[in-house]
Amino acid sequence: MTVPLVAVEDLAVTFRLPGFGRMLHAVDGVSFAIRRGETLGLVGESGCGKSTLGRAVLQLVTPSRGRVLFDGQDITQLGTVRMRLVRRHMQMVFQDPYASLNPRMTIGQTLGESLIAHQLERHGARALRVSELLDAVGLPREAAERYPHEFSGGQRQRVGIARALAVRPDFIVADEPVSALDVSIQAQILNLIEDLQAQFGLTFLFIAHDLAVVRHISDRVAVMYLGKIVEIADRTAFFQRPRHPYSLALLSAVPVPDPATEARRSRIMLQGDVPSPMNPPSGCRFRTRCWKAGEVCTTVEPPLRELAPGHWAACHHPADVPGASVTAAPAAAPAH
Amino acid sequence: MENDVGHAPQHPAPAKLLEVAGLVAEFRTRAGTVRAVDGINLTVMAGETLALVGESGCGKSATALSMMRLISPSVGHVGGSVRFEGTELMSLPPSAVRAIRGRRIAMIFQDPMTSLNPVLPIGLQLTETLKAHLGLRGAAARERARELLARVGIPDPARRLRDFPHQLSGGMRQRVMIAMSLSCNPRLILADEITTALDVTIQAVVLDLLKQLSRDAGTAILLITHDLGVVAGMADRVAVMYAGQIVETASTATLFARPAMPYTWGLLDSLPRMDEDSRRRLVPIPGMPPSLIAPPPGCRFAPRCTYRRDICTQSTPDLAPVPGAAAPHLVRCWASQDVAGGGWLIGHNRHAQPSAEQPEVVS
Repeated sequence: MTVPLVAVEDLAVTFRLPGFGRMLHAVDGVSFAIRRGETLGLVGESGCGKSTLGRAVLQLVTPSRGRVLFDGQDITQLGTVRMRLVRRHMQMVFQDPYASLNPRMTIGQTLGESLIAHQLERHGARALRVSELLDAVGLPREAAERYPHEFSGGQRQRVGIARALAVRPDFIVADEPVSALDVSIQAQILNLIEDLQAQFGLTFLFIAHDLAVVRHISDRVAVMYLGKIVEIADRTAFFQRPRHPYSLALLSAVPVPDPATEARRSRIMLQGDVPSPMNPPSGCRFRTRCWKAGEVCTTVEPPLRELAPGHWAACHHPADVPGASVTAAPAAAPAH
Repeated sequence: MENDVGHAPQHPAPAKLLEVAGLVAEFRTRAGTVRAVDGINLTVMAGETLALVGESGCGKSATALSMMRLISPSVGHVGGSVRFEGTELMSLPPSAVRAIRGRRIAMIFQDPMTSLNPVLPIGLQLTETLKAHLGLRGAAARERARELLARVGIPDPARRLRDFPHQLSGGMRQRVMIAMSLSCNPRLILADEITTALDVTIQAVVLDLLKQLSRDAGTAILLITHDLGVVAGMADRVAVMYAGQIVETASTATLFARPAMPYTWGLLDSLPRMDEDSRRRLVPIPGMPPSLIAPPPGCRFAPRCTYRRDICTQSTPDLAPVPGAAAPHLVRCWASQDVAGGGWLIGHNRHAQPSAEQPEVVS
């Protein structure tokens, strides 16, 4: 068995909040691995900790517990200098390309900066590399002389991707890279990401809330709820046979652009809101909204168990309804 | 005047709730005058849900705001005709429009936090509406407010009345907005991207609620959204907007099954689908929407259209019936209309030829 490019073991991130002893467990004991060349889609609703997890994997926030192995090396224990060497191999693409680009630097300067920071190309070769990068993301070479405000959202996201590619990384964490874009532009960027992955053999952690996008782009899917991964599986297995009740609810809630399907579907309507991560429910964190919750769910936290080869779910009462995902309604679900 | 969107007899039938004709909204900016709404015609029948769908900047929200006379003359110029229940809103004095807004027409916006007053408990805001529009006071108003919160599924409504907006989650706040909009039994709800800021499980609950309540009370909805999935589940009819104009309108079933405008095809084909197993290559729309300061001549979609011919950039197509359509189905496209020099996409199946047709040039 080959070593996965990224392996996360029992990772936790805790934020201290103002006020005595108030702690927010944004990520609370998460383990998963990403194989080289693979895209792992990470889905969850706002506040579930998916962005924090993405940042913790890159060591952009300091984990309070656990390890991140990059190519077999534990990077949570590295000093600044050695971390910088590793960092060149891992990059991030952000949701809002405008907020993540310096408005007073030209695109060329922005792209050149990471080359300088990592001492990658000689001065003369930098301009050439910038042109190469602009070609790779489908922007005209003249873009190097222009400023972020001169570009549309889609073009700025191309710049954000070019910046990530500048240092020739192996691994990219893309945090909601298309959710600020209109669908026609979103498709351009998704195609670009797929092309670049094929061209450069990139490995992705693709964070998104849009399950249709995740289904399109991912090889495997992980679902997060209140700081924990509740299900992780191959894409096809996940969408055809989701096992965690939260996954079922999530899948049933996504509107499908087909009136005939919409008329036929019945949705799982979850009761109530997501509990506060400052004070998560005992036992299973989803139990307060779960229609299957029983006695054991209140007292015992369900571990992530392998229910089928490569298909893991953290639930005492996992669903077993093949084809439950989109077009058919899960039989046991309370739809109202 | 161009053809009306919808089934349009010449005289106002009783079932016509809202009739918009030739609506125009222009905004002065430093770069020039932006015509965000350019001659919109649409009709909302009593009790139906009409979706106005389009991408950012296409003018769908500006359409709603100008229709409701919510654009101040110092900001922009609004023209055209908006008839609601037979009354022309554009010529009414502001006070009379205010009386209609809120009572007969309710509005819900994307961000409930900016629509609610952050320093007043929601109960007070609800009773204020009830007092202003229905003259309810004191205990009667409070009881009605509690009822409304219960109706939108807020648990423990009596206690929640004392909560401030920040104490509620986004989904709860949007329910309060729905409760407030329902308080006067409006005939029309204008819902502008109301679930865009919400998580998908909460969106499902809010949309389901809106659908049920409107169905029970026979309230019409003008649903403004960019999400074709939401449209498919909610709307009876759809109007697609592009660059300030309506480019296609049809019943929801027809629009998804037999869209006639290449822009609508582009919207549908660029969407990744939850209900598709195979990994299909997405078909994006090339380029970007045009500037509304200097829109391109002819069809506004022509610069991005794979199927364009010379006529498309030379003259502007009308919103005209799709040939052979059984139900009213209008499209603003030379290629889908039975007119001289046009009609080259009539009966075209876009999925039959996976490689996009090369643009042909006819002189």
